[in-house]
Amino acid sequence: MSLSASLPLPDAAPASGTTDPTGTSTSGPARPPVRTERRSWGSTVAGVLILAVLLFPLYWMLNVSLQPAGSAVATSWFPLSPSFEGYTTALADQGGNLLTSLLVAAGSVVLSLVIAAPAAYALAQFRVPGAGIVLFGILISQMIPGIVVANALYSAYNDLGLLNSLPGLVLADSTAGIPFGILIMRAFMGSIPPSLVEAARVDGAGPIRAFVSIVLPISRNALITAALFTFLFTWGDFLFALTLTTNAEVRPITLGLYQYIGTYVSDWSTVMATAVLASVPAVVLLVIAQRYIAAGVTGGALK
Amino acid sequence: MADLAQRAGGARSAARPAGTTAPPARQRSRWSGPRARTRLLELGFVVPAVVYMLAFFGYPVVQNALMGFQEYTTRTFITGEAPWVGLENYRAVISSSVFTQATFNTVLFTVGSIAGQFVLGLAIAVFFRRRFPLGGLLRSLLLLPWLIPLIAASAVWRWILDKDTGVLNQVLGGLGLDSNPGWLTSPSLALVTVVVVNIWIGIPFNTTLLYSGLQDIPEELYEAAALDGATRWRAFRHITWPLLRPVVTVVLVLGVVYTLKALDIILGLTQGGPANSTQTIATQSYNLSFQQFDFGQGAAMGNILIVVSLAFAILYLRVNRRALDE
Repeated sequence: MSLSASLPLPDAAPASGTTDPTGTSTSGPARPPVRTERRSWGSTVAGVLILAVLLFPLYWMLNVSLQPAGSAVATSWFPLSPSFEGYTTALADQGGNLLTSLLVAAGSVVLSLVIAAPAAYALAQFRVPGAGIVLFGILISQMIPGIVVANALYSAYNDLGLLNSLPGLVLADSTAGIPFGILIMRAFMGSIPPSLVEAARVDGAGPIRAFVSIVLPISRNALITAALFTFLFTWGDFLFALTLTTNAEVRPITLGLYQYIGTYVSDWSTVMATAVLASVPAVVLLVIAQRYIAAGVTGGALK
Repeated sequence: MADLAQRAGGARSAARPAGTTAPPARQRSRWSGPRARTRLLELGFVVPAVVYMLAFFGYPVVQNALMGFQEYTTRTFITGEAPWVGLENYRAVISSSVFTQATFNTVLFTVGSIAGQFVLGLAIAVFFRRRFPLGGLLRSLLLLPWLIPLIAASAVWRWILDKDTGVLNQVLGGLGLDSNPGWLTSPSLALVTVVVVNIWIGIPFNTTLLYSGLQDIPEELYEAAALDGATRWRAFRHITWPLLRPVVTVVLVLGVVYTLKALDIILGLTQGGPANSTQTIATQSYNLSFQQFDFGQGAAMGNILIVVSLAFAILYLRVNRRALDE
């Protein structure tokens, strides 16, 4: 809800900035406007072609998912008589796994924000002893391969009874969201003028109240970006699902899909329907929160 | 002021009575009272994150380092015993025939993926720098292949590349090329195919980062260069490339670090096969631990991967610091 409510603002911002078609006038009044127009539509055609090539696999995923099951020999190019058989089977087989993924992803978003937001703020604004070491550790953590973490967690989880459990997966999957969240929110929170918070502190608010009532509302965009990416990371997690679950009790959708393609596949429309269902969150989030996504990709790496 | 006096008192440590009363007084002045309370609260902001990072990154690294020297197998889970074996795991891992192949594959996979992603990503980023209707929309749709789960992406590629019924061989057959190559099932083709798919996955990331770097280059520079007659390729060589260098370095180093540890896409497409032709150090570490249940050897393999990644990490941090300084 809050996402769509915030849409008018972010969408308006990039439109007036970089992608405004009328912005072509900056290339100089000397150029006849008609020609500019034609040239830029030519670029649009080229852009659509580039995209068509790059997005073809995704189209194919959708196309195959809508073909009737069992028509293996030659898949037709368009789902002219769409069949939802694949989806029916996929939902029957994988419905529970989709729910598991949703719960794990939601849990990881909450955990990551609760842990990362205060830390990001402290690292950006307080003089915490050892802040440099903490930041260094976060950067280094990006180099640690997931398989190393999984290798050690497996035996630890075995002892703690966390294998095949939602909390176990939430904790392990947050290894993506927490460092990313700290980096991206710290970059933003560093730009909050300290005077805003000081004013509240003078009025008698402690650091926690000042954080909750002032810093968090101002940082809404950074929080949304961190939450979005944590959700996508966790939803798409495969390694921890593969190594930290051993039975069908708690099985994320990525693992369900892997087991589909691991065996000999005879029913590709069901497999592709599952792949489409697994991709839905990415598509939905990209459409409704485009600006936050672009900000997250660049912010996480460059800040 | 109080602190100074305290310190002076501490210096006279020979005086017993002063020494015994000073520590509690000093503690109180540092960790009580409203200011000290605030400091403690502020520290509380970071503590959960530090604890988490230590538990989920620090502990695994230390534990893996130890496991690399232990015989750590399924028996360990029953008996609780993991005998020390010194360098035996490393000896076994490195002398196995898979290791040479996995190392070779890791290098090819990383270099091939990064080169392809970067060149195509940069070309597309430069293209999208033009202003044209729907440019912003197309650019953001471009991110989709990167945002969907890697396993979903590898599932569809497996079907596209299927030897007998995949659409690629269908099209090639229609063009009269009836050789029906097994893109993912022939040992000589599989690695190249996996690299191509991984390039496809990495293009959006490269494009987005490089595009944002390009946006930071002032338009006036190009206008001035155009007045001097420098356009297109020359403008790219003399303006774009030098100014984009910092971003390029970050993109390349991050790309290498992420590609070195890539696992999902290879497991999804080939599971390291056929005949280990797509096995990398990362997938082999997974194999040893979770297929052969030799966690000691898996840890040894993982540690080798860490050392390689760390070499790049040092480069990454240096680059990052330079980027922050600017």
